Amino acid sequence: MTAQRSPGRIHPRVGPLVASSATAPALDVDALLDNRRTGIIVCCGSGGVGKTTTSAALALRAAERGRKVVVLTIDPARRLAQSMGIEALDNTPRPVDGLRWAPGYPDALGGATADEAPRMDAMMLDMKRTFDEVVEAQATPEKAKQILENPFYVALSSSFAGTQEYMAMEKLGQLHRDARSSGSYDLIVVDTPPSRSALDFLDAPERLSSFLDGRFVRMLLAPARGPARIMTAGLGLVTGALSKILGGQFITDLQTFVAALDTVFGGFRARAQETYALLQAPGTAFLVVAAPEADALREAAYFVERLSEDRMPLAGLVVNRASPSGQGSLSADEAMAASQRLRRDNTSPTAALTAGLLRLHADRVRMVEREAVLRERFAAAHPGVATVVVPALASDVHDLAGLRVIGELLAGSAG
Amino acid sequence: MSDWSRVRLHVVTGKGGTGKSTVAASLALALASHGKNVLLCEVEGRQGIARMFDVDPLPYAERRIATGLRTDGDGPPGVVNALHIDAESALLEYLAMYYRLGRAGRALDRFGVVEFATTIAPGVRDVLLTGKVYEAVQRNSRNRGAIEYDAVVLDAPPTGRITQFLHVSDELAGLAKVGPIKHQADTMMTLFRSPRTAVHFVTVLEEMPVQETADGIAHLHEAGLPVGGVVVNQVRPRDLRVKDLAAARKSQLDRAAIGADLAGAGVEVTDELVDGLLDEAHDHAVRRALEDAQRKVISGLGVPAYELPQLPQGVDLGGLYELAAALREGGMA
Repeated sequence: MTAQRSPGRIHPRVGPLVASSATAPALDVDALLDNRRTGIIVCCGSGGVGKTTTSAALALRAAERGRKVVVLTIDPARRLAQSMGIEALDNTPRPVDGLRWAPGYPDALGGATADEAPRMDAMMLDMKRTFDEVVEAQATPEKAKQILENPFYVALSSSFAGTQEYMAMEKLGQLHRDARSSGSYDLIVVDTPPSRSALDFLDAPERLSSFLDGRFVRMLLAPARGPARIMTAGLGLVTGALSKILGGQFITDLQTFVAALDTVFGGFRARAQETYALLQAPGTAFLVVAAPEADALREAAYFVERLSEDRMPLAGLVVNRASPSGQGSLSADEAMAASQRLRRDNTSPTAALTAGLLRLHADRVRMVEREAVLRERFAAAHPGVATVVVPALASDVHDLAGLRVIGELLAGSAG
Repeated sequence: MSDWSRVRLHVVTGKGGTGKSTVAASLALALASHGKNVLLCEVEGRQGIARMFDVDPLPYAERRIATGLRTDGDGPPGVVNALHIDAESALLEYLAMYYRLGRAGRALDRFGVVEFATTIAPGVRDVLLTGKVYEAVQRNSRNRGAIEYDAVVLDAPPTGRITQFLHVSDELAGLAKVGPIKHQADTMMTLFRSPRTAVHFVTVLEEMPVQETADGIAHLHEAGLPVGGVVVNQVRPRDLRVKDLAAARKSQLDRAAIGADLAGAGVEVTDELVDGLLDEAHDHAVRRALEDAQRKVISGLGVPAYELPQLPQGVDLGGLYELAAALREGGMA
């Protein structure tokens, strides 16, 4: 189920007489969750599309179908976090209470599990702590101390563009290594940070590497390594200008920081590359989450293309919070016209109510139509991306029961 | 009369997915309604303004993108200009403007310092972005021939980052303790903390964005930054009465009476249609109850709130003007 298109495929000419309403193949979420070879599911998408809820719902459904799951969330809503018992940001997976077998389980596993009850852990990412741990693991204690106290490190580890993304991937790598050695989990579900660009986490390792490999950083390191003569006129000009603007202390702090970081750099890059390779491995599945809005779908499209370029295994698209399609064949225009007639004539005590209902219906039909067009366009531009549409619930989700409902909707099995 | 007539810099923030950029654009159109000239800035490299106004991607230069909202009796509308601010261009412009760094500026670029300073050195990037916004609000003699604006609207980073973004002197504190850039940041803070700045929050009537808004307001207060209004976006129609909503929630609406009304209005009545309408009414009523609860939370925040309707057909250029009119009517502009 990858998004790779065969380059040699010849498309038939489609003339204007051929009706071509693109529909995407259905995404079989249960098949994905039940497949023992699926070891990692990464949910990505732009901010505000429901990634965290989707991740939690997938993890819960997988756990209640017999997988040993841990879900790594970034910034869950308070009540959702409470319901999963991860109010504290402590970077440690905590067991979630209240799980129960899905209907037909554990029998459906055919004795493949010895567990009496389904199990799932959840954890919330502590970005700075993860970064600190990486530094501590890579450097000698004195070096680590020097790095951790440097003002550049403090700023970098808490607000560097991409740090959160990078640390989410680092944590994923750690969980994966631990899970493989201890057999504690067989599925890791990862929620990605609400980035400005949904792609930041793919670029984060690269960006960190290129930062440390950059000419300026190399240049700052040069005096520490070689003869002072390397200080060219160019560097003099540059540091001169920087000192003028930023103050002399800035350059000194920066130099210390870069020199210290350089010693742990090899380890950093090796880990970043390992994680990147892990993301490309066949056991990984990417789910792109979007809302049925032009902006969110544009980001999703960009994401789908990027994943295929980077040969990351795309499982499909989740279109969240879709307007539930109404019943009946009354069109929006007919409904609005009837609503206006009722308001004008006002012949019965319930006329205003009925007019209101007709207007709601018209709004809903219009939204459903607009969303359908957006999805069709997406499918036309990205054929073959398996898709599941999850209708918006009338109420907010903040407990396991709500997550179960979302899980059923994701699996397309809600009645 | 606008609630914010003294404000020169309108900062618009909000949680992802709440329509922050749409609101920023509508606010710019509304502010430009009575002959005022407005600058709409974006800083997140998304070219969202160009898409909303259906123009080519914006360069690092002020471009005229729209005429302000037309209103009755206010005289001719003003103009909305737009500016896409990126940190690299802002740094080079800053260096040229203040240091005449022709050669050194290019050297900085060649040695990757510009890239380093803008994408890596945290805080510096934000200072460069807010610095350009500051320059647009507080035009000085160094930028000869630049347009003087009556108001600047900033489509700012999301709620989770807004305090950090505006608190530039704090962000730099650990890094640049002295020097012109530190001084610059302090000057900018004076504007950002003054009543000439207002930070507006965009939310929808859902629990998480409202909670984030409340947290964001608290953080701004702590940082001494001026809180503006709350714009409640995508509000559902409110034409059902409380009594009817309650009945709809309990699935107790008068099915026969509704059927009769529909028939009277010339609609072909089927069971399926009536069932559908009643289902939709039920969902709507449940949603409305949640919305009303969140509306209460918002009214407890102690700042003015402005509601914008949900546009079922999506937001296009016409939609922006529609929302601008609603903001103007509500007194935000």
